[in-house]
Amino acid sequence: MTRILMAVSRFFLAVPRAIARIWRGSLWLRVTLTTLVLSVIVVGVLGVSLLSRVTSGLLDAKERISVGEASAGLGEAQRILDAADTGPSTPSASRLVDSAVSALAARAGSPSTFDVLLLSSQPTGNAPERGTNLVAETSVPASLRLAVVESQRQSWTYTEIKFLDGRTTPGLVVGAPLLVPTVGPYELYYLFPLTQEQATLDLVRSSVLTTGFLLVLLLGFVAWLATRQVVVPVRAASQTAARLAEGHLAERMKVTGTDDLARLATSFNAMAGSLARQIRQLEELSRVQQRFVSDVSHELRTPLTTIRMAADVVYEDRDVLDTPTARAVELLQNQLDRFEALLVDLLEISRFDAGAAVLDLERVDLVGLVQRAIDGAQPLAERAGLDLRLVKVADSCPVDCDPRRVHRIVRNLIENAIEHGDLHGVDVSIAEGPDAVAVSVRDFGVGLRPGEAALVFNRFWRADPARARTTGGTGLGLSISLEDARLHGGWLEAWGEPGKGACFRMTLPRDRAIGITESPLPLDMDGDDADGETTPMIATRAAVEREDPSSSPAATFVINGGKQRP
Amino acid sequence: MTVSQVGASGALRGRVLVVDDDAALSEMLGIVLRGEGFEPVFCADGSEALQAFRDSRPDLVLLDLMLPGRDGIDVCRAIRAESGTPIVMLTAKSDTVDIVVGLESGADDYIVKPFKPKELVARIRARIRRNDDAPAQTILVGDLEVDVTGHTVKRGGEVLSLTPLEFDLLVCLARKPGQVFTREVLLQEVWGYRHAADTRLVNVHVQRLRAKVERDPEHPDIVLTVRGVGYKAGPA
Repeated sequence: MTRILMAVSRFFLAVPRAIARIWRGSLWLRVTLTTLVLSVIVVGVLGVSLLSRVTSGLLDAKERISVGEASAGLGEAQRILDAADTGPSTPSASRLVDSAVSALAARAGSPSTFDVLLLSSQPTGNAPERGTNLVAETSVPASLRLAVVESQRQSWTYTEIKFLDGRTTPGLVVGAPLLVPTVGPYELYYLFPLTQEQATLDLVRSSVLTTGFLLVLLLGFVAWLATRQVVVPVRAASQTAARLAEGHLAERMKVTGTDDLARLATSFNAMAGSLARQIRQLEELSRVQQRFVSDVSHELRTPLTTIRMAADVVYEDRDVLDTPTARAVELLQNQLDRFEALLVDLLEISRFDAGAAVLDLERVDLVGLVQRAIDGAQPLAERAGLDLRLVKVADSCPVDCDPRRVHRIVRNLIENAIEHGDLHGVDVSIAEGPDAVAVSVRDFGVGLRPGEAALVFNRFWRADPARARTTGGTGLGLSISLEDARLHGGWLEAWGEPGKGACFRMTLPRDRAIGITESPLPLDMDGDDADGETTPMIATRAAVEREDPSSSPAATFVINGGKQRP
Repeated sequence: MTVSQVGASGALRGRVLVVDDDAALSEMLGIVLRGEGFEPVFCADGSEALQAFRDSRPDLVLLDLMLPGRDGIDVCRAIRAESGTPIVMLTAKSDTVDIVVGLESGADDYIVKPFKPKELVARIRARIRRNDDAPAQTILVGDLEVDVTGHTVKRGGEVLSLTPLEFDLLVCLARKPGQVFTREVLLQEVWGYRHAADTRLVNVHVQRLRAKVERDPEHPDIVLTVRGVGYKAGPA
């Protein structure tokens, strides 16, 4: 029962919503309906006023004629009656009344244009009353009789004339007092049927209604037609624009005539043409850029390979060289490494910029991948004298990703942590959630100052330009990592606090089409430290949600609007 | 079937044909190769590369992908069409497409410029080294008969023509039937990489191997994929 009620109420809620949607959705419908409604109102008002004018005109004329006729008839009746008053030889009351009524009936003509009622004002029953053509006495309303008797003057009103055989007809009743000699006061009533006027009014009313209805239809049709002339080209324009937006750059509007719509089509086509030209130009530029990068790559790499090999050959023999030369060769060797790394990173960045980077997806075990990255960074960590720990390991964590890129991200994060960490070591965590997997790399070194978390992913940005470069990173590692994460539809986020260290978290979606709702790892992993630092931590979280790192003591930067886990 | 042979002057560890148009790099490669005991032969033009290959009968070809005359990919296909001699591509491009195209045209391995001499020598050695001390053995895998010493693979008496690399890959998997090899382990065992490298090498060569040994490469029963892990040999 309740379900039915709910369904019904849903239906009644849904219907107006659907109507509102259709209403908002179609200019054509809106204009046509508005025109229809307005014309119905206008035609209605006009029709009503026309009808009332005609009615009152008709009735006024009828009233004038009727009252005149009644006055004349009254005079005649009084004259007949007065003439019949001959003292003792006066005819009987019924004969008097009969002669008066028949005289009046004769005035009415044939067929009679009115009926006459002669009623006695005396309550006693011995005064004869007469009427013509079976007209009923009840046709005269009591209020009129009272008015006639009291005012002793001519009075009239509209009423329904009733006949003894049951017919009724709308009519006008005019009454006046009449003195019948020897009998007493009478009232003479003229009853004018309004059949004619009624017929006329009916005709007028039906004509007004028909005309109005046709007029409304016509106006609606005109509005429909007029709007159509505007809406159809506009719709065509919108369809063309949509096709253009989908990438069909050759799509154009048809231009017909020279009116405003033709001008719209012309400007639209001009815009589309200019857009297509610019896009083609950009594509060409991008192709030139990629080609250039590829050429530079080849042209630089071949001599660099020769230099590299030559330096290596000399380096192998450094034992037989004198000390300064040997040192020079060592420096040459190191800087060649750096130069190579820089070249590789620059080319990678320019590939991202050119949009030429593509994912090579493969199902891999994230745990194994991270373990390999840790193993690879172990020598670096040992040289820096700090521990690399893998914590919170799920036994295996299969995920579809580009292993080369993800490995590069993790390696970059670990190397970055080793460079900026201290003897507390580096924690690498892996976790998986329903729609995402995450790896975070936490160090406990200098950390990041407020605002710096937003800068760490910038190209060639360094926390402290004055600091010694120990690992000799290119300054592009984190930028490349960010691009790699983005290419996966993932997040790369940084958090840091001065003196407390920094944390970098990579979150990858299990399915790129679905995306990430929440990272399975927290970004600031010592958020639950019981050292009275709770307040700034909460502030940090708030800052994350406001994406305004500058207002909090800790610096957090979120790419792609990540949400913080409570 | 080309089998690795000791170079003309027995002391050398092998003859290497260097196909590269950059004179300086070629000379430098020559210095390094000689230093490591290889005998280098040079060719600077793509259109002459095939003739140089036929004349010198090298144990390995170092092939630059960008060559005047004839494209490196073309040269690679032409050499592969008539011989299984190991080919290592030298490429300045680390882009996915170039490398995959190179591997698919028949190269066994690739090395991206700039490289370190040691890296290059390791790649070359891994391709030239043969398991000469392997025990005389015949392994059965699926309906194949693999003669490890004779470097031949037969299906019902018919000899299948595999390159040395494909042969090594098949033997590596077949020696331990049923055991799953990750791509990383295969890179180490077959290509001789000591650290993680490009796993596409494995994918491409598994495809090439399957095309030769499987009855239906779409539904393999010799080299099976273990999704998310790697490959294993089918049961004998």
